[in-house]
Amino acid sequence: MVSALLSDIGGLAKGLKTTFQHLFRPPVTFQYPEVKRPMFPRFRGRHVLRRYENGLERCIGCELCAGVCPAQAIYVEAAENTDEERYSPGERYAKRYEINMLRCIFCGYCQEVCPTEAIVLGHEYELADYDQASFIYTKERLLEPWPPQGAPAAPVR
Amino acid sequence: MTLESLVLTLVKSLILMFALLTGFAYLTLFERKVVGRIQVRLGPNRVGPFGLLQPLADGVKLLLKEDIVPAGADKIVFFLAPLISVVVALMGFAVIPVGPTVSLFGQTVPLYLTDLNIGVVYLLAVGSLGVYGIVLAGWSSNNKYALLGGVRSAAQMISYELALGLSLMGVVIITGSLSLVDIVNAQERYPFILVQPLGFLLYLIAAIAETNRAPFDLPEAETELVAGYHTEYSGLKFAMFYMAEYINMITVGAVASTVFLGGWRGPFNLLNGPHWLILKIAVFMFLYVWLRASLPRIRYDRLMRLGWLVLLPLGLLNVLLTAIGVLILG
Repeated sequence: MVSALLSDIGGLAKGLKTTFQHLFRPPVTFQYPEVKRPMFPRFRGRHVLRRYENGLERCIGCELCAGVCPAQAIYVEAAENTDEERYSPGERYAKRYEINMLRCIFCGYCQEVCPTEAIVLGHEYELADYDQASFIYTKERLLEPWPPQGAPAAPVR
Repeated sequence: MTLESLVLTLVKSLILMFALLTGFAYLTLFERKVVGRIQVRLGPNRVGPFGLLQPLADGVKLLLKEDIVPAGADKIVFFLAPLISVVVALMGFAVIPVGPTVSLFGQTVPLYLTDLNIGVVYLLAVGSLGVYGIVLAGWSSNNKYALLGGVRSAAQMISYELALGLSLMGVVIITGSLSLVDIVNAQERYPFILVQPLGFLLYLIAAIAETNRAPFDLPEAETELVAGYHTEYSGLKFAMFYMAEYINMITVGAVASTVFLGGWRGPFNLLNGPHWLILKIAVFMFLYVWLRASLPRIRYDRLMRLGWLVLLPLGLLNVLLTAIGVLILG
């Protein structure tokens, strides 16, 4: 009984010693809004619709992304390119391209299925907003700006 | 009672109340900081420099919260329970001597509120009144979790009160007085922890149970009872329960310092004064937070067993040994 008591006290002392030592470790906290965690290169954040180097949109309006999306968050409406109004190199382009960010689960199937690598998941993750309507990301918000400004939104693989 | 002494007592009470409430506020911050660092986090650091205004922000938040009274609650008791807890918690400190008698503005001012000749008994009585706040809160909430918390609190209090009282009796036998002022004066040569190590240890354990702190925080056991007795409380009433808990911690720390560590006396009477008491209380507060951050909650039946089968016999043994010692030596 005495030995059991002693081993109990030993256990207590060991636990207390451990927590006391932790007191002097540097905290692992990131001071978030000021300091951000380093991001992994394959992080899946907000989508970006990419362009070719000459400024033409990569998206050809095939709707594969809309079809594969498990959350049915993507809506694509395709239209024909004409010689006067040309958006993408092929026959068709996306006239409307909308992603509902409230439904999106960031699985990345859309970027995997895309035949032209037009849609990729970028590194932006601060997507909070005040009303539901602003979570419908339209083509204008998703498309890379042209001419290019600063660094690309996602690294080109 | 002359007008002068009345004013003096009033001023002392106000200072004491202010000190206790400020102590409570910053003890919450201290606890969150220390627990944070033990968990390799930073703890609150956003409000003010080093988070020093965090208690203020918490207070404002709780003040502005909706005050919810559950349907079917006994409204009067529901309202009274937190008041009982806080008032009783604040009362305890009245008999604790904060410092020696000093002369201020040409008057001799003793640095305690009253020198009650049954100070130790008063402290124990007031401490056990605190359980009424918790039991009534649990009962009046009309909530099974709250009720279970209240019942546990009562059972826990009964199991630990005897050990708590007995742990102080050794010192009372040595000094032959129940007054805390006499007890501090009797420690002029050495603190009583040297002759009452067992009593000190027993008091420390029983006092944690008395204040419902981890690892004896069964009345509010959040993993099984939601929040125990204060499940249904919100806003300022909720804050009052917290106030009671932390002020009880301070009081218990102060009693341990006064009875076993010489109170306001420094080691070898170096620079006697209230600062020593504050320092000793701070050490106890750290110990409490440290224990909370380290130990898991003890199981209910083991808590009872520890109280009745370990602490109580040890307390009796301590009283017996002390009595024999006093008989032989004194």
